[in-house]
Amino acid sequence: MTVAGGGATSRAEGTDELLLDVDDVVKHFPVSGGALDRSHAAVKAVDGVSFSLRAGETLGLVGESGCGKSTLARLVTALHPVTSGHVRFKGQDITSLNRRQLRPLRRSMQMVFQDPYGSLNPRRRVGSILSDPFSVHEHLSRAEVRRRVQELMARVGLSPEHYNRFPSEFSGGQRQRIGIARSLALRPSLIVCDEPVSALDVSIQAQILNLLEDLQAEFMLTYIFIAHDLSVVRHVSNRIAVMYLGKLVETGPTEEIYLSSRHPYTASLLSAVPVADRAFRSERRERIILTGDVPSPVDPPSGCRFHPRCPKAQALCAVQEPVLERKPGDFDGHLTACHFPVVAGEALANASRQTTAVSGSGPAEAVNP
Amino acid sequence: MALLEVRDLRVSFDTDDGTVYAVQGMSFSVGAGQTLGIVGESGSGKSVTTQAIMGLAPGAKISGEAVLDGADLISMSEDELQRIRGRKVSLIFQDPLTSLHPLYRVGHQIAEVMETHGKVARKEAIRRAVDLLGRVGIPEPDKRVRDYPHQFSGGMRQRVMIAMALAYEPMLIIADEPTTALDVTVQAQILELLGRMQQDFGTAVILITHDLGVVADVADDVVIMYGGRPMERADVRSVFVEPHHPYTQGLLESIPSYSGRTGRLKPIQGYPPSLMRMIEQCPFAPRCAQVRDACRVAPPPLKPVGSSPGHLSACVLDANRVGLASEPDEAGRAVGAAEER
Repeated sequence: MTVAGGGATSRAEGTDELLLDVDDVVKHFPVSGGALDRSHAAVKAVDGVSFSLRAGETLGLVGESGCGKSTLARLVTALHPVTSGHVRFKGQDITSLNRRQLRPLRRSMQMVFQDPYGSLNPRRRVGSILSDPFSVHEHLSRAEVRRRVQELMARVGLSPEHYNRFPSEFSGGQRQRIGIARSLALRPSLIVCDEPVSALDVSIQAQILNLLEDLQAEFMLTYIFIAHDLSVVRHVSNRIAVMYLGKLVETGPTEEIYLSSRHPYTASLLSAVPVADRAFRSERRERIILTGDVPSPVDPPSGCRFHPRCPKAQALCAVQEPVLERKPGDFDGHLTACHFPVVAGEALANASRQTTAVSGSGPAEAVNP
Repeated sequence: MALLEVRDLRVSFDTDDGTVYAVQGMSFSVGAGQTLGIVGESGSGKSVTTQAIMGLAPGAKISGEAVLDGADLISMSEDELQRIRGRKVSLIFQDPLTSLHPLYRVGHQIAEVMETHGKVARKEAIRRAVDLLGRVGIPEPDKRVRDYPHQFSGGMRQRVMIAMALAYEPMLIIADEPTTALDVTVQAQILELLGRMQQDFGTAVILITHDLGVVADVADDVVIMYGGRPMERADVRSVFVEPHHPYTQGLLESIPSYSGRTGRLKPIQGYPPSLMRMIEQCPFAPRCAQVRDACRVAPPPLKPVGSSPGHLSACVLDANRVGLASEPDEAGRAVGAAEER
């Protein structure tokens, strides 16, 4: 298997234009035990994350719930103010802007949310929901707004005649199309998709993923794609960033991450996914079962935050925090924050306490009649 | 002989908007100690099927047969069913937080199951609760037994549910989307635990899920449901390697392949049918690319297909035509060499 092989070329690979530059952003949410509580505890939701994104690229953001990926997405789109650090969008530092200064930028940064039931007002007609972006940001006649909305509906695969329907009259998949249409209305350059297909059935999910892919090619969109389904993320992303407890632990080109992940956390996460079409291939698959739960982000472990659950942890890991850097032999842009990165062919499951061998005893090559 | 044999189950609900025909003829069986995966998308009737069998679908009109260990559950009174639930059959649901009582300690809730069904003394029941919590991998069970549900994480709560389900050593556990609310790493822990408990206790499991990956991992047999009916039934390998029904094939082709990027996805066009009326044809016909006139006359019955015994498909297409229609994008993607599981 080669890194650039197969259908990987079918996706837009991005351009050289730097769209987004995230520099050491931190977001702490204070937790208070009540009016008399003087402690300064904080949920360290995002704790020093840096990455950059080129125009036309798709970055997949993965990690367990509570790792800070949704918070990071909201920092990038200026929906939360940062505690420290900088987010530069098209060269402009957006972390220092006030609400009014942010407004013209908001049209270029949009979000698509997980729950198409919760993010659409049930009492408003679809046409009215979709005309909001135009009335907020542009001064158009009502007839022109209607024309643009219907154009938009047609583009995302909704029937323009359904302009006067309410959200409840649409199925889950159709509602997500409405959510996508709304985000697309003002021709943004960046769309953050936060679990856009998680609430949808498999057969509908594929329709939406194809739509997102078409729209990206047509409008030169840049996506940040958050999903817990790692096969979906692999399908859509050029690059992957793996988060654990508010930090990036590994980032790199998609196939690099999936085929030769260096961080033990990435390797465990990937191995935990039950995969329909791989279960019956004659391929040996080791599953690394992590013990325990994700620790609290209020009081994260010392050193490497993953060390209490890591099958490879050594004394150093509890003391010194590893930096996110390129490891010897890795491609440019493949960065790992680990003192003892996984090497090719290493059997991690042997190092962990609980192991299970899943499906596979035959030789490595597949027989394909 | 099968532990549970369900034949031509039909479930409907009368609502203000009309009758919902949730299950329109479901048949399957589970052998002792086996795992049956029931797969379907939302509204396919997969959850209602087991709820109806267990008397947990209030207001439902139910017909058909569900024979558990020689006795028909459908014709049982509520009192009789109450004795079956918890003792012979346990249920695990998707969201452990809503299935556990927030104001009672978990030890109390597990002990209560034993007291209700087994007339076990409180002290002995608590001792067994501690033992069970330890077996499902909860650290310091003697302390945690006094904790409340909110003091456990999602994965730990699901372990508590499994402990509770095992309290009376049931013959059958019905797990309805047991890992859907959990992260993949925790899901792996829970599936491994369920499998281990199943071996230890010899329990049969019905696993209801929308996740084909989970089914591929843990099931022995699979039923694919659509529009309230079984579309295909087979051993797990046949379903994934030699699917017959166009719906099964479409589902498999909709999954973004984990084992390689496949370029463009092949979704099933259209949307699932409304269950507000009786479906008098193959429920998949409106979305099926290979639809024939015969499909529109009546729902096709399950018929033997392929080469594996017990492989059934409710489709009029030629019985020998199995496997995915499209070419695998990588060697061995769709059709791997036969393997022992």
